[in-house]
Amino acid sequence: MRKVAVVGVGQTVFSGAQSRSNTELFSEAAMEALNEANLKNKDVQALLVGTVLTDFEECQQIANTYISENLGLPHVPTNTYDGACASSSVAIIDAFIWIASGMYDIVLVGGMEKVASMGTHLATQTYTMYADRYYDYPSGITFPGMFAMLANLYAKKYNIPIEILKEQMALISVKAHKFGALNPKAHLQRELTVEKVFRSPMVCQPLNVYDCCPFSDGGAAIVMTSEDIARKLTDKPVFITGFGQASAGTFVSQQEYLPHFITRQISSAKAYKMAGIKPLDIDVCELHDSFSISEILAVEGLGFFDYGTGGAASARGETIHGGKVVINPSGGLKAKGHPVGATGAAQVYEIFRQLRGESGATQVDNARIGLTDAMGASGNINCNIVLERGW
Amino acid sequence: MGDKLGVKEYRLALRENKLQGLKCKACGFVTAPPRLACRHCGATDSEIVQLSGKGKIATFTSIFIPPESHRGQTPYLVVVVELAEGPWIMGNIQGADPNKATLDLIGKSVHMDNNLIPDDKKPPEDISPMFVLDS
Ligand SMILES: [Zn+2]
Repeated sequence: MRKVAVVGVGQTVFSGAQSRSNTELFSEAAMEALNEANLKNKDVQALLVGTVLTDFEECQQIANTYISENLGLPHVPTNTYDGACASSSVAIIDAFIWIASGMYDIVLVGGMEKVASMGTHLATQTYTMYADRYYDYPSGITFPGMFAMLANLYAKKYNIPIEILKEQMALISVKAHKFGALNPKAHLQRELTVEKVFRSPMVCQPLNVYDCCPFSDGGAAIVMTSEDIARKLTDKPVFITGFGQASAGTFVSQQEYLPHFITRQISSAKAYKMAGIKPLDIDVCELHDSFSISEILAVEGLGFFDYGTGGAASARGETIHGGKVVINPSGGLKAKGHPVGATGAAQVYEIFRQLRGESGATQVDNARIGLTDAMGASGNINCNIVLERGW
Repeated sequence: MGDKLGVKEYRLALRENKLQGLKCKACGFVTAPPRLACRHCGATDSEIVQLSGKGKIATFTSIFIPPESHRGQTPYLVVVVELAEGPWIMGNIQGADPNKATLDLIGKSVHMDNNLIPDDKKPPEDISPMFVLDS
């Protein structure tokens, strides 16, 4: 198996509803990534695109083929990946296997979405389609509703008064916005207060609007290649040294693990083992904070903190610079935004910049090992990717 | 094969206030809603069993921003119930105020009573278990 590197990354500014097409959003990110990698469109041998809702967003199917044409890729194979919020992470893992096998040398991979362009109403409805259509959907459950139920379960299981948990969750949103305000590509570049979280409308008890990530438009892409080519292209290749992926059906099928997810446990354990690292070897992590409670579940599920202690650890500053591990310095899904198909690639974008020391105001000192964590729907899919400096 | 209890049969039973599951012939675990393979051991040989509809609330939420299908009905409660036979199942609940729901709901005993859904409110296809707090 060959080693696989990331040699260029690109990301559009994540935003609310905007006029550019999904093809244009992906292409902007892709050109940035190709330019950084010192590669031309003719060098690309395959295009893997994570996206989930182009049909509802713009009445477009097989957008990946129009992206390939738009970018002038030479009739390469192209696939679309639907892994819900983990779509482009799934695509990146597949690209790894394609390159590691020796079948392909240079693969362009990423994702995009125009969720905000659908409007809140249609976007909410489409997200609900990720629940089990026959056995969960009829109850009127929503996507945030699943995580609200996990928040209540978490509070009960770990005996944390709901008022305390709500404050810990609000502080996580405040942290995300503090980082988002420093990220010129973030959707929400403004700071937030605990009071403002509490005053925002209730979505589903105990989650308020500011406990939830926004609906966003945007694209992100990366260029992946083999070690020998990477070494010719750049002095600073970033290697993917481990990954894991796991799946489950309806979230109640994970009943014996909830509020944590067996999918994350399996996926992250595989990624750590493959990379030969332990959770606390990680300097910087971009994880799935679709909701404030999601970040608490993730920092525990990934092994950074004991179960039931993640909220308190975050509140005392263990997840920012100077703490145990820096979590979501990009602002995460919460503040950077969540254009579903783009999110996994945008996580790699941030880790790549951090490992190269190019993250400006949010740079983690001497970051050497980074992790991404992407969850599709409510624990249905989990992907973890370990990235390390190659110099 | 375990697919003898399909979506259609399961829903028709729910409309008649019957909750059905599949009991695994290999390990005895009850899977509900139905799946071809046993949720516990993965075996695919099972038999249809009638469930009691009794259980305890495992978790809940009150929905204030609904999907299209539930516009005009907010707030409403969604619950996950741990059935007496073991599996967790999603449904709704009557007799608890969605504006005042607290963590005290978790662990409360409930039973299913889909006869509480008036016939004209029973959608032609989509139907969810309706639970009631035991008195
Ligand atoms: Zn079994």
